[in-house]
Amino acid sequence: MSGRLARLLVRGLPLAWLVLFFLVPFAVTLKISFSSPATAQPPYLPVIDWQGGLEGWREFLEALDFQNYRMIAEDALYRDAALSSLGYAALATAILALTGTPTAYAMARASKRWQPILVALVIVPFWTSFLIRVYAWIAILKPEGLLNGALMKLGLIASPLPILDSPTGVLIGLTYAYLPFMVLPLYAVMSRLDPALLEAAADLGAGRARAFFTVTLPLALPGVAAGALLCFIPMVGEFIIPDLLGGSDTLMLGRVLWSEFFSNRDWPLASAVAVLLLILIVGPVVLFREAELRREEAAEGRGR
Amino acid sequence: MPAPLPPTAPLLGIERITKRFGPQTAVDGVSLDLAPGEVFCLLGPSGCGKSTLLRLIAGFETPDAGAIRLDGADLTALPPHRRPVNMMFQSYALFPHMSVAANVGYGLKGLGLSRKQAAERVAGLIKLVRLEGFESRRPETLSGGQRQRVALARALAREPKLLLLDEPLGALDRTLREETQGELRAIQRRLGTGFVVVTHDTQEAMALADRIGVMERGRLVQVGPARDLYERPASRFVAGLLGDVNLIEGRLGPDEPGGLRTVETALGPIRASGEGAAGAAVVVAVRPERLVVGGADGLPGTLQGTLVEATFLGDRIRSRIRMADGTVLRASAALPATGPMPGVGEAVTVAIPADAARVLSA
Amino acid sequence: MTPFARTALGLALAFLYAPILVLIVYSFNDSKLVTVWGGFSTRWYAILFADGPLIAAALVSLKVALLSAGIAGVLGTLAALALDRHGRFRGRGAYTGLLYAPMVMPEVITGLSLLLLFVGIGLDRGIGTIVIAHATFATGFVAVVVGARLKGLDRSLEEAAADLGASPARVFFGITLPLIAPSVAAGFLLAFTLSLDDLVIASFVSGPGATTLPMRLYSQVRLGVNPEINAASTLMIATVGLVVLAASWLTARRGA
Repeated sequence: MSGRLARLLVRGLPLAWLVLFFLVPFAVTLKISFSSPATAQPPYLPVIDWQGGLEGWREFLEALDFQNYRMIAEDALYRDAALSSLGYAALATAILALTGTPTAYAMARASKRWQPILVALVIVPFWTSFLIRVYAWIAILKPEGLLNGALMKLGLIASPLPILDSPTGVLIGLTYAYLPFMVLPLYAVMSRLDPALLEAAADLGAGRARAFFTVTLPLALPGVAAGALLCFIPMVGEFIIPDLLGGSDTLMLGRVLWSEFFSNRDWPLASAVAVLLLILIVGPVVLFREAELRREEAAEGRGR
Repeated sequence: MPAPLPPTAPLLGIERITKRFGPQTAVDGVSLDLAPGEVFCLLGPSGCGKSTLLRLIAGFETPDAGAIRLDGADLTALPPHRRPVNMMFQSYALFPHMSVAANVGYGLKGLGLSRKQAAERVAGLIKLVRLEGFESRRPETLSGGQRQRVALARALAREPKLLLLDEPLGALDRTLREETQGELRAIQRRLGTGFVVVTHDTQEAMALADRIGVMERGRLVQVGPARDLYERPASRFVAGLLGDVNLIEGRLGPDEPGGLRTVETALGPIRASGEGAAGAAVVVAVRPERLVVGGADGLPGTLQGTLVEATFLGDRIRSRIRMADGTVLRASAALPATGPMPGVGEAVTVAIPADAARVLSA
Repeated sequence: MTPFARTALGLALAFLYAPILVLIVYSFNDSKLVTVWGGFSTRWYAILFADGPLIAAALVSLKVALLSAGIAGVLGTLAALALDRHGRFRGRGAYTGLLYAPMVMPEVITGLSLLLLFVGIGLDRGIGTIVIAHATFATGFVAVVVGARLKGLDRSLEEAAADLGASPARVFFGITLPLIAPSVAAGFLLAFTLSLDDLVIASFVSGPGATTLPMRLYSQVRLGVNPEINAASTLMIATVGLVVLAASWLTARRGA
């Protein structure tokens, strides 16, 4: 009996927490996205009447309107922000795949003694503040910053390049911040590859490049996919990077949501933007979870 | 040679126990009685259900049907930690964060022993498995053989009447395994503990067991002393599992007084013992070392063949003989005691003694 | 390693560490301008230590991180145990999804929706609400770390303990917990760091009087490069560096 109670607690406690503080908030957000802004505190109408019962819900439903979604659909700002969020995330994911693959490959091919050190070197920046690492790029990228200074001293450019507050700045920031998330899953897959496979490829006449493209890369593809999703999903909703490195005309949904909430204090519209953002990433999230489950099942199938 | 029946009060009684995993039946209606102090080996290929049966006795799996009794008391509903049986795990499952002494003494808690009594018990067990001086070592610093002995001492600490051993020697190399078999038997005789040993190694089962139970696809297909199983297997599966065997297909002749039957085969009629309906398709099983090759001319039932391969193995010679119809028989150490060894390609005679031939269903 | 691999690795590490190096170097710059080296100075550190609001914010962050990592540590360990030990219970897929979703959810969504909940149920915003929010998104990370260890744990260890008469509670506290303790500690540390690092969620759910360190830093960073922030960053990086060094030294020593 006590065993059953323990099981219930073990499974139920995290479940209750996550339902209350993760699922329920979504429901609330969804409902508020269908209400109108108000200047009162809290700045949205109608306020949910928790005591109202069925009648309360009916009144609430009658008061719903699609004004926020109409606005999102009609105002080009939101459409452009959605498209450019996806664009930035996709482009940065591609750059990450191209730079992360050789990095992970080099780590996996390093000597056994060096591998844990290299992994630690990739992880350490992740443990330091994200905000501060993005902030550090301001000093490097700004017109009178280190990069432009160095390029001008070398005579490569005559006047400073506007990298900060430009799409290039955002892409550099995204690549920088998410590189460990791409490299580590890739390294995990590549380091587990049997070195005999590459020896066999070499034995059969494949050069290093051919062995990489015909053996390592196909076998590492699940790692690339996992890494790509792991980066793409949070990048779509990224706020700090476009805010600090992107300049005022860089549109990304995370930033639009932030300013609707903090500057315009339009909570219902911010909620509608959150719903839009959620819809954009639901596909990739489902893909990611499917992949996770399949990997888990494969691992369990091996167990017994 | 009838199998020695367990005495009237069995130590362990398993009654028609069944365990299913989803659509798969891992253990299918197995019944078995074990005498006190008996060493019983469950033998079978991997996936035959022998480990599941062991885990059912230990209480790690709950049966879908059937009952398990120890000394007459029903264990079926008890969780593992309330069962008076102990288990030695295939991986040894030594607690990596505890010393050898702490591992061995782990099970003594709750037995009502004083601190001193517990320490004495641990010291005695460590002496029993010859690990004096290793008490404070961590398992990872021990060799495979030493770990095996810690696992044995730990499993014996609660003085169980029945010890379950899952592939107890599987992780040891060949020479160490043979040495350890002897030690394990010696400790078992000294303590009089009943053993149920799971193994897929026929030699090991033969070396350890008073009786062997052969499992095939969840069923206990034959139980008996090693020699019974070897000489009188109940099926082709048991015959092949216990050792090399020639299987000759044929049709069973009519019932005869005296137990012997005639089987019509492509080689000619063969006299063999066994039962079955007249006209049934059967196989005759003959161990290679029971074939009489050469020097048997003139005996009734002598067959003609050609020697196609002869391998000198020191203590015996293994040979392959092609019979007139193309059947190849394997023989072992059955060459003439004197005179020259027949060369490959020579004609030889082969005789199948009736007491060496068993009728099995095809 | 081939020259190509060596170059790729070198470039990647340079890319990862250059900004951090720049931060550290310019925290000792006497000049207020980034591009001008005005000589070595520690004056920004003096200014930093006299910055009352910043230090108060750091203390708030520490408190929030400790509490939320504690909650996430317990919840994440329980969830990992449920997933590893309860087999294929009904709704297992949904359970896993619910556990992992907060890890990949954009912070703006998590922050906004939690705020709306807190306002909806009339919960006063402050340190408590930040703790709840951080525990919510960190639980999944702890579950992943602990789950990996549980998966690698030989189940027969626990069966052996039960076989030797240990009750389920004694098995858990005497065998399972000590064996997964390093991963629980690692999960706690991860949750702690994630909490210290979070700007977006805390900005949404915090109330008056509860300003975390990232929120304070952000309000200054928006105004541009500021050597005092460089000094604060250098101290944070040094702390993390020391912790990582100590952790790897400890694991290396245990391995030997």
